[in-house]
Amino acid sequence: MLRIPCPWCGERDYNEFRYGGDADKVRPPFGKPAVEGADLKAWHDQVFVFDNPKGPHKEYWQHVQGCRHWLVLERNTATNQVLQAWPAREFALARVKP
Amino acid sequence: MKGFKRLPSGGRIDRAKAISFTLDGKAKQGFAGDTLASALLAGGGGVVGRSFKYHRPRGVMTAGPEEPNALFTLGSGATQEPNIPGTQAELLEGLAARTQNGWPSVGFDVMAINQRFAKLLTAGFYYKTFMGPRKRSWMLYEPFIRKAAGLGEASADPDPARYDTRRAFTEVLVVGSGPAGLAAALAAARAGARVILAEQDSDLGGSLLSEPVGSAGDAWRATAIAELAALPQVTLMTRTTVQGLYDGNTLGLLERRDHLSPDPAKGQARQVFTTLTAQRIVFATGAIERPLVFADNDRPGVMLASSALAYLQRYAVAPSGPALVVTNNDSAYRTAHAFKAAGLQVVVADTRATVDAALTAGLEVETAARLVGVSGAHGVTAARLARADGSFLRALPSTLVAVSGGWSPAVHLTSHTGIKPRWDAATACFLPGGFAATHAACGAVMGQFALGQAIAAGFTAGRDAAAALGHAGNSGALAAPDIQSFGAAGEPLWRMPNPRHRKAFLDFQNDVSDKDVAQAFDEGYRSVEHLKRYTTLGMGTDQGKTSNINALAIMAGLRDVTIPEAGTTTFRPPYTPTAIGALAGRAVGKHFRPIRRSPLHQWQEANGGVFIEAGPWLRCWYYTWAGDSAASAYIKEMELVRRNVGVSDVSYLGKIDVQGPDAPEFLNRVYVNGFAKLPVGKARYGVMLNDDAVALDDGTTTRLSENRFFMTTTTAQAGEVMSWLEFLLETAWPELRVQVTSITDAWGGMAVSGPNARKALELTFPGRDLSSAALPYMGVLEFAVEGVPIRLIRLSFSGELAYEVYTPADYTQDLWEHLLAAAAPLGIKPYGLEALASLRIEKGHVAGLDLDHRNTLDDIGLGKMAGKEKDYIGRAMRFRPKLQAPERWSLVGLELLDAGQKLRGGSILFPQGAELKGHGHGWITSVTWSIELNKYIALALYDGGLKHAGEEIVCAYPLLNETVRAKVVSPHFIDQEGKRLHV
Repeated sequence: MLRIPCPWCGERDYNEFRYGGDADKVRPPFGKPAVEGADLKAWHDQVFVFDNPKGPHKEYWQHVQGCRHWLVLERNTATNQVLQAWPAREFALARVKP
Repeated sequence: MKGFKRLPSGGRIDRAKAISFTLDGKAKQGFAGDTLASALLAGGGGVVGRSFKYHRPRGVMTAGPEEPNALFTLGSGATQEPNIPGTQAELLEGLAARTQNGWPSVGFDVMAINQRFAKLLTAGFYYKTFMGPRKRSWMLYEPFIRKAAGLGEASADPDPARYDTRRAFTEVLVVGSGPAGLAAALAAARAGARVILAEQDSDLGGSLLSEPVGSAGDAWRATAIAELAALPQVTLMTRTTVQGLYDGNTLGLLERRDHLSPDPAKGQARQVFTTLTAQRIVFATGAIERPLVFADNDRPGVMLASSALAYLQRYAVAPSGPALVVTNNDSAYRTAHAFKAAGLQVVVADTRATVDAALTAGLEVETAARLVGVSGAHGVTAARLARADGSFLRALPSTLVAVSGGWSPAVHLTSHTGIKPRWDAATACFLPGGFAATHAACGAVMGQFALGQAIAAGFTAGRDAAAALGHAGNSGALAAPDIQSFGAAGEPLWRMPNPRHRKAFLDFQNDVSDKDVAQAFDEGYRSVEHLKRYTTLGMGTDQGKTSNINALAIMAGLRDVTIPEAGTTTFRPPYTPTAIGALAGRAVGKHFRPIRRSPLHQWQEANGGVFIEAGPWLRCWYYTWAGDSAASAYIKEMELVRRNVGVSDVSYLGKIDVQGPDAPEFLNRVYVNGFAKLPVGKARYGVMLNDDAVALDDGTTTRLSENRFFMTTTTAQAGEVMSWLEFLLETAWPELRVQVTSITDAWGGMAVSGPNARKALELTFPGRDLSSAALPYMGVLEFAVEGVPIRLIRLSFSGELAYEVYTPADYTQDLWEHLLAAAAPLGIKPYGLEALASLRIEKGHVAGLDLDHRNTLDDIGLGKMAGKEKDYIGRAMRFRPKLQAPERWSLVGLELLDAGQKLRGGSILFPQGAELKGHGHGWITSVTWSIELNKYIALALYDGGLKHAGEEIVCAYPLLNETVRAKVVSPHFIDQEGKRLHV
């Protein structure tokens, strides 16, 4: 039973959460390219190509049975040790306004 | 002669409290404090079961959960529970136990003939023998073989008992209450830590329970328990087995409460499964004694030495004749001295050449001895000793042969998270291979067999655990009791000489002998994992607790490698068998999962609604006014909607309130079609895709005001869509100023459909202008009736003139009843899910069945909806060449060509004349009887789609071996111009 430190609700059992995938991946920018198909490769990689890192890894989780916020959780994939969590919005805002 | 008897005094049993029980229907007696096994031994012992494969007579071998032989079926009927170790089953008044695997009885078992064929019944025998003559012959033989070789049977009836699950937290968990565990709990608790001490036995004390009542060792135990019981921060849990260690310092604890006679009618649970998170864990799980491997070592009367001691001291059960203690280590001398002190006749045979004189003082000891055989099939009568070279040493009359082959630390829990145990040559044991930072272990599990050593290590571990959590209280000191400590120093001897090649068992429960290991070696199954699976060693309900180490040591010898090179098999939870009921707790029957109900549910229940499960919902399937089965009722309900007016509950739809200055932009991004310029007061049908361009959901979204939208989703995808919108706003587009709120449960809704729908609503809301000018197709009106807000949206799922009326859930039934009463003169009636779903098929609207997460926007024929100039989720991936290929499947309609036959959902489609083989060229997703066309129609996905319009195809339904002919047509079976919508 993983215990996830929700930034809003505190430490809770992982089965209150849903998993949402790799948080290190950055979505291709929103907006239709001048030529249709120009962003196909970027989206292909976004949807189908995943790293499988061993060790600390950032991933999205949503506290679906709690505050419903999305968060970024750092977890060691080798030991399943939970390291740290942040509001997902903070990460996203940092990407929008570098 | 009976092998065992009850001594007139002593033990921890309550002789004032006699307990009556039955074994195979025969009345028996024991005392409170007995286990089923100790009561049977007190009655004489002997045969209590037959072995798994050879049906050899077996007796009680241990005094704990590791017992491989004395397994019983307890209870009968619905409460029947098989394979319960009699060594762990507390004796309770009225207990009805049955022996297993013997017919007609365990005393005389016809299947014991298998012993004669033992040479044939070696490892892999069944697999090798029953493979022919045909390829599938094993399927034929298996049931018979399983019946002959097997243990008890579970009941097929639902278990009437109550089980509970709970969630708990503690600072320090101590697993095991032997000397080390008691010391650890005391040290941690004295320092101020919150402590749970979990013990699988009914009583605390572990090996100290085998000290005589009133002795110094027993007094030490009693004092420690009294101190712990008085500390408010300590929780003592007996009859509680820690079954598994999982991530995040979480453990599963199974507590048995049968001794309290729990009454399910009063909600009392017979077992409680606790999911416990502990900040620190101290493992004081002890060790399990290993049997010796010698000829006929499975005879009743052969017992582990520590178990023989436990039966003497705890249950006052002793052999009725002379005892022989055979050992390769020091620990068995504790048993020998206790027997002597109790006035019993005892001889020790030690495999070692020299033994410390302090151990042997006062005992008759044969050193450098080998045990080469025992007599007495149904109970040991004599034992034969030999020299190491095999020469005869001595024959001894014995009714008990107490054996010790050394100890196997209970490293199960410490290994559950993947840490392999490590071999320690000094103790000849596998010890825990390492620990997480928050874990520690002490006592016998660490090879600390001497009493003082175990107590000191336990005390340190408990104190350190508390200190690490910031508890600075003074733990003081804890002196060990002043009693003789034996330790377990020894020299491993994995096999005794076996000149007559008799059976020498390793795994008693699964009847695996040393010869089977040798055969596995010969046939190349040499890794321990292969050995296990080929011979079934360690695969019984005891999971090889007494057998694994002996077997792998023998395999290591055959392979001429060291024991650590041979390695161990993987330890997995649970430590002991766990009833599924305990894991389920109260989540059974109607509590298996939550059921969602519409605000109209009670009305529907009271007014002829018949329900069907749809995901988490109970939805109204049809109404009995229209018929007494769905198959007849939905036709009448469809007719009502097509010719007059009906009303259907649509509260099940997902409803999301989308607000904020950027809400139009947000919706414009998530829907393939444009929403930015949707006028206030208008609704629009929209489709959402996933990033991979597969259709996620469809629904209608209405612009209530400049910055506020009312989104509806399909029932099935409501949760997914909500999470997806939240994900996008918090991870992809945090700059958008939008809030989304689920109002699915807050608002109820009803669809009013049919040519007379407007009239029905005019009667419902008198004086309100509902003309097409005031409320055009895809328009919305918001108003209040007696202060209750109403959202009236003109949209249609059925293809008829239709409206959806939404109102807060608390008023939904009022509005529904008012509507039915007001429009009664028109003949309005309610219709259910089956008719709703059939009407939409006639109209060619896709729904969950057709949007099966394999289909793109173009597949469902809606590619033209997508905005050409704007971006939207899934756009880029939509244009993957394979998805745009002309032969890609897409939505078509099908009409059945042969009257009298049926179209069936899931049928596989083939072009005319094609071989009916493989995955076909498409499949049927939705089927209904069309009242307008008077034939079966279907929606289907077909390769090439409407390019094949007008062609005849074959629909195959292999489950019924059925094929029918159908014609490919437009999926819009009725009113293709949409005239009915705009009246």
